[in-house]
Amino acid sequence: MSLLWSRRILAGAMTVVAAAALSACGSKTSDEGGAAGVTADVSGDTVKVGLLNSLSGTMAISEVTVRDSIMLAVEEINAAGGVLGKKIQPVGEDGASDWPTFAEKAEKLISEDRVAAVFGCWTSASRKAVKPVFEKNKALLFYPVQYEGLEQSPYIFYTGATTNQQIVPGLDYLKAQGVKSVYLVGSDYVFPRTANKIIKAYAAANGMTVAGEDYAPLGSTEFGTIVNKVKSSGAAAVFNTLNGDSNVAFFKEYKSAGLTAAAMPVVSVSIAEEEVKGIGTQYLQGQLTAWNYYQTTPGAANSKFVAAYKAKYGADKPTSDPMEAAYVSVYLWKAMVTKAGAFDVEKVRTASDGITFDAPEGLVTVDGKTQHIAKTARIGKIGADGLITEVWNSGKPVAPDPFLKTYPWASGLS
Amino acid sequence: MTAVTPAPPDTAVRQAPAGAVPPNPPGGRSRLRAAAGFAFGAALLFAVAPLVLSDFRLALLAKYLCVAMVAVGIGIAWGRGGMLTLGQGVFFGLGGYAMAMHLKLADAGPGGMPDFMQLYGQLDELPLWWRPFASPWFALPATVLLPMAVAFGLGSLVFRRRVRGAYFAILSQALAAAMVILLIGQQGTTGGTNGLTDIQGFFGYDLDDPVNQRMVYFIIAAVLLALLALARQLIHSRYGELLVAVRDGEERVRFLGYDPASVKLVAYVVAAGMAGLAGALFVPAVGIISPALIGIVPSIEFVIGVAVGGRATLLGPVLGAVAVAWARTALSERFPGTWTYLQGLLFVVVVAFLPGGLASLWALTRHRAPGPASDRRGWSPLGRRRGDRAEVPAA
Repeated sequence: MSLLWSRRILAGAMTVVAAAALSACGSKTSDEGGAAGVTADVSGDTVKVGLLNSLSGTMAISEVTVRDSIMLAVEEINAAGGVLGKKIQPVGEDGASDWPTFAEKAEKLISEDRVAAVFGCWTSASRKAVKPVFEKNKALLFYPVQYEGLEQSPYIFYTGATTNQQIVPGLDYLKAQGVKSVYLVGSDYVFPRTANKIIKAYAAANGMTVAGEDYAPLGSTEFGTIVNKVKSSGAAAVFNTLNGDSNVAFFKEYKSAGLTAAAMPVVSVSIAEEEVKGIGTQYLQGQLTAWNYYQTTPGAANSKFVAAYKAKYGADKPTSDPMEAAYVSVYLWKAMVTKAGAFDVEKVRTASDGITFDAPEGLVTVDGKTQHIAKTARIGKIGADGLITEVWNSGKPVAPDPFLKTYPWASGLS
Repeated sequence: MTAVTPAPPDTAVRQAPAGAVPPNPPGGRSRLRAAAGFAFGAALLFAVAPLVLSDFRLALLAKYLCVAMVAVGIGIAWGRGGMLTLGQGVFFGLGGYAMAMHLKLADAGPGGMPDFMQLYGQLDELPLWWRPFASPWFALPATVLLPMAVAFGLGSLVFRRRVRGAYFAILSQALAAAMVILLIGQQGTTGGTNGLTDIQGFFGYDLDDPVNQRMVYFIIAAVLLALLALARQLIHSRYGELLVAVRDGEERVRFLGYDPASVKLVAYVVAAGMAGLAGALFVPAVGIISPALIGIVPSIEFVIGVAVGGRATLLGPVLGAVAVAWARTALSERFPGTWTYLQGLLFVVVVAFLPGGLASLWALTRHRAPGPASDRRGWSPLGRRRGDRAEVPAA
């Protein structure tokens, strides 16, 4: 009796499965138009844009500052009359430092809120997670953080540095200083691993040796072993791609092992003004960073940006490279939309080539082909006041080369 | 009333569990109710949800239902078997990666390689261990059998040595952590932290097409219902009785001549298979599988859903998993800055005031208004009373 019933239930389940398979037969030969993008809702007197940053989780400490500077740009643009006569209405979502959540929220912003563009993402993993979402919906993402290059999506504008605007100039600087061997220390994820591949290729072609290469899990605070290895390696400098909290532990250990900026400088590519504050100036003084912008970068545009940011968020808040790139990305979008005369994504993309903006970091130009921007590379030294002062710059904006095609030593990389 | 009368001890525990008639056949009305509930669930998932939800919300529901599949398994292993499996992410991940590897290879075409391999690994040819996944005949069964095999291997080692309680939970956590470190370290062949993303097709169907996304949803809903039917069978079988007996008095069961290790192993392996299937279906629904989905935190989140819903019931884990996932989305959309606090508060409230989970709400209302129907259920939602019945005196 009971067995009979159980069979019936199972049979029922099977019927449902079969019915589902029949009723829901997908369209195998879908026409390309079937997957066409959702168009942004610009019918009212406002235009929505999405802000997609981690407001919770490990990345929140960095990404909240990016959110703040995007909001600053939005407010400034609205105060000046908006974009094409429409006020910008920001819609915020929390990526929660979790890559699949980024993808879910991106989809929500595009298909539910029907935003005209999305600003945000920090880690490469979050960008890789949302990339198919933007490509599928033919929607725009402005990505404001320096990254490992080797990517070019038609629906992403990269307003942070690619490798030849940050890492390669950093290496050039070390080479000019006579550094013959470097030790590579990084967090265990895609950016450091890819960056170090590029560094190794550079070193091989430029007579440098890589004295060692070590990765620590994201968030790790155990650096005793790594620092000992660095110390005994005899390297002339350290190239640091650690991210977040790990830097605190690393630099404390570095100092207590008796290593100094004078004897063995560390070049960091993920430590900006905000992080210096968190790590402690006493551990970082004299160490080097590679970016495109510092709070101390001269120019009227930067004075205005720094003053406006401090007025809005507090005098003790520093401004940093990713914040500046995020701020710039909103203005670049506005300029593209204004030039295109429409919010339509394809028209905006077509209009993007050659757009310039007098940014806090200096003049930036959008390269329509790669959808990256030309920006000036700057090497800085961390001072006792926690600010970073420039010790070298590239003199003029460096054209973006995400696949390092113009560098013969990088031919095997992509 | 008769439904809860304990079966005579001799028939309850001495007969071989396999294929035997359940010692307490639930009353006819209970079966009818189960069938009605099943039909109601099917109507809800197949008719109502697609009608009232937008494509985006339906895709989210598909994702929640995948989590619910894992929850069904945890309900069996933890709720009925007492094994606190804090590492289900491993099995979810194995299923997900097996499916994603196949789909990536299918996207790349015959002889092709997934895009990230050249980018991060500079590999010239496909690694050996990827090759079998090119065939759907290998990859599809692997999504379920691979997690089951791992669970079998681990379970046979652990349960024989009588590792249980907190030690078992810690072990399963360690497994999740180890798997994440392994995946991240092998960036060239696993995609590292990025995981496997950008999946275009699903056995020839273009996943960018909303129609096909809908099809994936229907498949997921159907599989969940089938898993629920399977779980109900298992719970109501003689084996289900034995599992609860092991949970509540492992030594006593051993003295009765049963091998508790094998009993637990079956539940653990079944739960792993369900998690693997869930992971496999998660991939076409969400389009990504990454270490972030299978580590310690997501593994705990799977268990939280089950705890919130009520671990010892059939539907509790499913409702809890969907409720927690839905609350996460709803709260984070409404309060992007503070939602994590609200979510935490919700967990505290449920654990403090509803230790039996959401499913015990049902029982509470019935306690308030006792009537002839109050004992019609074959088993208590809290699952405690059933355990008592296993305490048969050793003959």
